[in-house]
Amino acid sequence: MGDHGPAKGFGRWLFTTNHKDIGSMYLWFSFAMFLMGGVFALVIRAELFQPGLQLVEPEFFNQMTTMHGLVMVFGAVMPAFVGLANWMIPMMVGAPDMALPRMNNWSFWILPFAFTLLASTLLMEGGGPNFGWTFYAPLSTTYAPPSVTYFIFAVHIMGASSIMGSINIIATILNMRAPGMTLMKMPLFVWTWLITAYLLIAVMPVLAGCVTMMLMDIHFGTSFFSAAGGGDPVLFQHVFWFFGHPEVYIMILPAFGIVSAIIPTFARKPLFGYASMVYATASIAFLSFIVWAHHMFTVGMPIAGELFFMYATMLIAVPTGVKVFNWVSTMFRGSMTFETPMLFAIAFVILFTIGGFSGLMLSIAPADFQYHDTYFVVAHFHYVLVPGAVFSIFAAVYYWLPKWCGNMYDERLGKAHFWLSFVGLNLTFFPMHFVGLAGMPRRIPDYALQFADFNQIASMGAFLFGFSQVFFLFIVIKTIRGGEKATDAVWDNPEGLEWTVASPAPYHTFTTPPPVK
Amino acid sequence: MRLIGKQLASKLLWVLGQVLLLPTLLMTSVQAFGASDAVVDEAQRWGLNMTEGVTAVSHEIYDLHMLIFWICVWIGVVVFGIMFYSMIMHRKSSGAVPAKFHESTAVELAWTLIPALILVMMAIPATSSLIKIYDSSEAEINIKIVGYQWKWQYEYLGEDVSFFSNLTTPQDEIYGLAPKGEHYLLEVDEPLVIPVNKKVRFLITANDVLHAWWVPALAVKRDAIPGFVNDAWTIVDEPGIYRGQCAELCGKAHGFMPIVVHAMEEADYANWLAGKKEEAEELKAAMSQTFTMDELYARGEKVYQANCVACHGANGGGGLGPSLVGTGITTGPINAHINVMVNGVAGNAVMPVFGNQLNNIDLASVITFKRNAWGNNMGDQLQPVDILTFKKNQ
Repeated sequence: MGDHGPAKGFGRWLFTTNHKDIGSMYLWFSFAMFLMGGVFALVIRAELFQPGLQLVEPEFFNQMTTMHGLVMVFGAVMPAFVGLANWMIPMMVGAPDMALPRMNNWSFWILPFAFTLLASTLLMEGGGPNFGWTFYAPLSTTYAPPSVTYFIFAVHIMGASSIMGSINIIATILNMRAPGMTLMKMPLFVWTWLITAYLLIAVMPVLAGCVTMMLMDIHFGTSFFSAAGGGDPVLFQHVFWFFGHPEVYIMILPAFGIVSAIIPTFARKPLFGYASMVYATASIAFLSFIVWAHHMFTVGMPIAGELFFMYATMLIAVPTGVKVFNWVSTMFRGSMTFETPMLFAIAFVILFTIGGFSGLMLSIAPADFQYHDTYFVVAHFHYVLVPGAVFSIFAAVYYWLPKWCGNMYDERLGKAHFWLSFVGLNLTFFPMHFVGLAGMPRRIPDYALQFADFNQIASMGAFLFGFSQVFFLFIVIKTIRGGEKATDAVWDNPEGLEWTVASPAPYHTFTTPPPVK
Repeated sequence: MRLIGKQLASKLLWVLGQVLLLPTLLMTSVQAFGASDAVVDEAQRWGLNMTEGVTAVSHEIYDLHMLIFWICVWIGVVVFGIMFYSMIMHRKSSGAVPAKFHESTAVELAWTLIPALILVMMAIPATSSLIKIYDSSEAEINIKIVGYQWKWQYEYLGEDVSFFSNLTTPQDEIYGLAPKGEHYLLEVDEPLVIPVNKKVRFLITANDVLHAWWVPALAVKRDAIPGFVNDAWTIVDEPGIYRGQCAELCGKAHGFMPIVVHAMEEADYANWLAGKKEEAEELKAAMSQTFTMDELYARGEKVYQANCVACHGANGGGGLGPSLVGTGITTGPINAHINVMVNGVAGNAVMPVFGNQLNNIDLASVITFKRNAWGNNMGDQLQPVDILTFKKNQ
């Protein structure tokens, strides 16, 4: 059994049911999307380098903001986490593979089609989606370009992929753990993904329903979101954010799991408060379902609604705070070293916390009347998504890459990548807090003169950050092609079953369940 | 303390004391620097913070914002302080030996309950502000605000005064062909005029897609939603001109539909309102007048710049909308041209129904202009009464 090697040629990738192959494909796909979404972002930043319209027309600018958001959320961040789950969850729970390997193949392979469909809209008459990644009706229905139908089908396919992926992850975690691997012994990455998978199953169908209602409004004469026909444009926002808010936690919970694996390894001290981490994750997941309307404080809800959603949103700070305190306590009185994964993990804790602070400020409904739809919001969600989700993915890649390919990455280059990214992202996103507070609305291709200086800084930072990621690609390829051989443990006494197998991990692992202490 | 060790605990407390002092020092130094005008001017030019605004509500929101901000700063200083302390002190390279502790129910309880208490402290002022903001009763002036792609309409309810407010920044400034003016993108042909010290209620809605009416100095931001009316209110303390922008993505020219509010002393406001009413009377009288070709052309050009240029281009060459040079509508039968302008285009939501946005004089002028500009040279013209006849006959 154990010595079955991979098939030869392209067929290996097309027909594979191996969790490691599928994990790798997810990660490569996600990186390709990350670069594509990054190019869209750089078009935006180039246009905003100075006031006036220089490079693109406003309608194309709107397509860029929309596609940047959609591609980064659905194409870069989510598939990267699914890729990591595929690679790591079976190895972490001592399973030979995912529970539903054929479906695993299918959930990956429909993604390239979804994104080809989405990207092709840019070449269509009338242009691609130009209504923002939140695609509020009626701008996305009555007033949308004809390509909106392709966008709707692309979202349907992405949703199907996510739902299948989640079912697979839940089935694997609940059924395939090695004997002795009780739930409260699972690594936190497994726990956070288990909870994330439930969130996905709960909300992806809501998103599918939302875009289906749009489809009906556009082509079949219904009026779900059109007041003229008895519908309600605000209904769209409620449905969208009922999906959208859990969605943002879908993009951060697995990151919590990654950081909870990396910090103990490099602090050489067990994770502080394991059980409270699990409960905090579950609390965040529960709260994520009852806070959606904080994205809609200005739509004119009754005051009781405003108050409820304000209080519920503020509450999220408690379990999130618990997590941050636990990470800091794990570091406290440890014996720390600062390899690249640890640098990314520490930057994650600090910068994600800053994003959390601005999130707390945004939760205060009266103050939100000034923040809402400004660059302050853009700064906030980029602080939780870039040094949050994206940094955790970088950290995970550096942490597990030696296990995946058997070679150590070049530590000097890894650190250089970290510092370039760190400086680049802070230059890009920190000034956005200031222009937002000073009154610059988001999603505008041109701006008043007082915002010019900070925008120029942000644009320069964005290019620095963007090009650092090409450097990251170089580092990863260099590591795969050769380098110092990694030991089986790779790091100094790390915890987890994945470190008990050889480096690189054999094509099949744990065909017989490992002993769990 | 058992799990940390007594000596370490006292050391930790000392470090904590130091880091807690830091923001206070920072604040005082900022205030000390604040005395220098140059620094203040420079900070203002860069725009670092939320405006304090010119209403009681905007001041209250500013204070709330600063309160939460400083609470966050303090929490950040404590958490990051401890973090950096251990990153510096507990390095393997300096021989640190890892401790073994990994849980403590007491500590977990403390850092769940203390933040919850801090949140309650934040929620109290936030709630009281929100209740104030939601009380739009007893307004003295009611203004209906309608968002259009891409302009605002202001209607003074009960006063028979209504007008559109369009961006006046020339295309040449936007495309870098002319130097940009001081109020680049934040200037309009007709600002909203309100009196100071009176409660003004805004009834906000939209005609096509979502928009949001936002003036930072007033701390008023409300979504404009087709089919629904939202309300908001303000009492402005100081006369002045306050500028804002549409805050909800509303299509191509979302970045080009600013809001300008001119707050005046009550007497000036009364004069302005009387003038507006007179204007409306004159306009009514003008409806039956006959204009010369030159008058129509000149007026039409202005109307075109304000309403059509965003889609049909500076020289009628098209863009988001089709070209108007030598094509079917502008050089075809004049009644078809009137029909498009008055009723819009069936199945095309982007072309507005100008019949209820422009008056008959403006419609007649802009159609005349388009049929004779850019080499179209049709030579025909319309009078306001022709539009009236068309509307009556359909």
